[in-house]
Amino acid sequence: MTALLEVEDLRVRFDTEDGVVHAVDGISYTVEVGRTLGIVGESGSGKSVEALTIMGLTRGRRTAIEGAARLEGRDLLAASDDELRAVRGNDVAMIFQDPLSSLHPYFRVGKQIVEAVQAHRDVSKAAARDRTVELLGLVGIPDPARRVDDFPHEFSGGMRQRAMIAMALANDPKLLIADEPTTALDVTVQAQILELMSRLQRELGMAIIIISHDLGVVAETADEIAVMYAGRIVERAPTATLFSAPRHPYTWGLLRSIPRLDVPREADLVPIAGRPPSLIQRPSGCAFHPRCPYALPSHAVTVPPLEAIEGDPAHHVACLLPEAVRAAAEARLRAGATPQEARAAAGVDSLEPEPAS
Amino acid sequence: MTPAAAGEPLVEVRDLVKHFPIRRGVVLQRQVGAVRAVDGVSFDVLRGETLGLVGETGCGKSTTARLLTRLLDPTSGSIRFDGRDIATVGRRELGPLRREVQMIFQDPYSSLNPRKTIGAIIAEPFAIHKLLTDGEERRARVQELMERVGLNPEHYNRFPHEFSGGQRQRIGVARALALEPRLIIADEPVSALDVSIQAQILNLLRDLQRDLGLTIVFIAHDLSVVRHMCDRVAVMYLGKIVELASGDELYRAPRHPYTGALLAAVPVPRPTGRARRRELLPGDVPSPADPPAACRFHTRCWKAQPRCSEEEPLLESRAGGADLTACHFPLSAEEVAERVPELAGAQAAGAPGEAGPSGDAEASSGSSSSPSST
Repeated sequence: MTALLEVEDLRVRFDTEDGVVHAVDGISYTVEVGRTLGIVGESGSGKSVEALTIMGLTRGRRTAIEGAARLEGRDLLAASDDELRAVRGNDVAMIFQDPLSSLHPYFRVGKQIVEAVQAHRDVSKAAARDRTVELLGLVGIPDPARRVDDFPHEFSGGMRQRAMIAMALANDPKLLIADEPTTALDVTVQAQILELMSRLQRELGMAIIIISHDLGVVAETADEIAVMYAGRIVERAPTATLFSAPRHPYTWGLLRSIPRLDVPREADLVPIAGRPPSLIQRPSGCAFHPRCPYALPSHAVTVPPLEAIEGDPAHHVACLLPEAVRAAAEARLRAGATPQEARAAAGVDSLEPEPAS
Repeated sequence: MTPAAAGEPLVEVRDLVKHFPIRRGVVLQRQVGAVRAVDGVSFDVLRGETLGLVGETGCGKSTTARLLTRLLDPTSGSIRFDGRDIATVGRRELGPLRREVQMIFQDPYSSLNPRKTIGAIIAEPFAIHKLLTDGEERRARVQELMERVGLNPEHYNRFPHEFSGGQRQRIGVARALALEPRLIIADEPVSALDVSIQAQILNLLRDLQRDLGLTIVFIAHDLSVVRHMCDRVAVMYLGKIVELASGDELYRAPRHPYTGALLAAVPVPRPTGRARRRELLPGDVPSPADPPAACRFHTRCWKAQPRCSEEEPLLESRAGGADLTACHFPLSAEEVAERVPELAGAQAAGAPGEAGPSGDAEASSGSSSSPSST
């Protein structure tokens, strides 16, 4: 496996009127050629900012960006705006959540894709148009030679997202970043788009970063999943591992708080208490500790590093509890215990005596 | 809620139709067609139950909700609320109805007036209906409501922008409860919220329903949310109900091919999700301005036969029970097992509460396997 994109200790801060927003706070990961990385998190977890930063779309006077994002060894964060412009839409392409606002309503769909082709390739208009028809066919638009002259409003939501994907594929990108690509779509159309992305990946061999709040969506598409919370990755593991043996309390909370078709109907949802933290005044120590049912006093002090767990170098967790305790707690949860019961059974409280006052 | 009242219909909807005219021309606007948003739906809402309305964009579920509250006037058909036809009554007579039917909206950001305090927002129903005119009394009642939905009553004088999305939705719930309505219509109440917050609101609604004996019409596009909340579920497609069944039955044995396709399309957070061959529903939903003849689903249905485009299937009981399906060729148990295998997994899991954090263990290898700790 060769690394296509290596992100190393990426940090993004926005200086705003209300204070400094620590949107991304030191994340590292690698995307290999032809593989899919899923990034899951709630609003404000930094998942979109992280992707936009790689594309150079968060640059600004009041933005501080640190770290490195190397695409085939070349640091995109250090590249000039002109150099980045040559990369964007060429080596790396992006699709967004809302396909209606990503397409210009005034121009025909075909013209917008022709523009994307000609931006990076010195080809005639006719050749670019042929390529556009080919791309629209590739993404499953029926009768592409005719639909190429439609306006965006003449396309349905699913077709618009297909057109956005066609535009992203115009120059055979090595990496496709899809930020919530199916969130605005109906569930049957979502299934079509996810299937389309998997098929295109098989056929074209590109790598994909798929960003979503929906664990189901990433489960069906990703080879590896990173769970983000408050600007950091709290757990990173191959997809099968993340669902069969999750090791971070936030991941447990997410999995247990969503209604799912594959568990008994009467099963209670166990919400995660509280709400996502402010990125201006982040909790000290482990950012999840105010909401974590397993937190100990020291967790408000120490920042947990993202480390591989014993025996599985591919599975990384940022949690201050010992692995054995987490495994025990997870086993109890799986057997139907409440988080409080799991905490007691796993012996979390015996780890740290109450500080004598 | 008294036991005698349970199971009796609170709302009876019969052949409800709402067409939105499509007009052309500037001065003399000719009607050139109609968007058939709701095209003949009939259902009952039983006292004390939660009825789910599910379907994709444009299926008519939100229009149905707006007809039930008479925010829209129906084109034809009848809506009986507690025995009284409210489909055609005038504005003045609607007054009492407005007290008995309340709505919870999707977007907690745009459904609260940013210039009013939370106290004023929740008290607004009292002001409109000239109830609890004594200031002290009103304030006490509002704070009681805030407490009921899990808000801090001391935050009475705060403004909406000081609250998170989940808390705002609680404010919307408190406002809907203020007049002690008999029917609450919740239109996508959690789809704008973060995943970790959705469960808080769903649990709140479930608790309130149990404690106060509320009748709820719950509208959502997310089938797993509806399954969690609803006693009975109506699946809509292009302005028609295609299947109406108890939650248990619908998710154990969907009969309509569209219901099956919807269930199969839901991404399941399991590592095996990826390996599963999905049966995709081809194409897009046809335009409600020009819906297909006879069975509206026949253009996308894998089971369609010539009969489906000639004769409209009626919404009727196929298995002799209370569960209704509008299909000439309903799904068999084998077809369901093949297409939506995770439903079988959920049934086999047995006792409630055994859902582990991943839920995968019970689906594959029995109910209480320990995780593969290393």
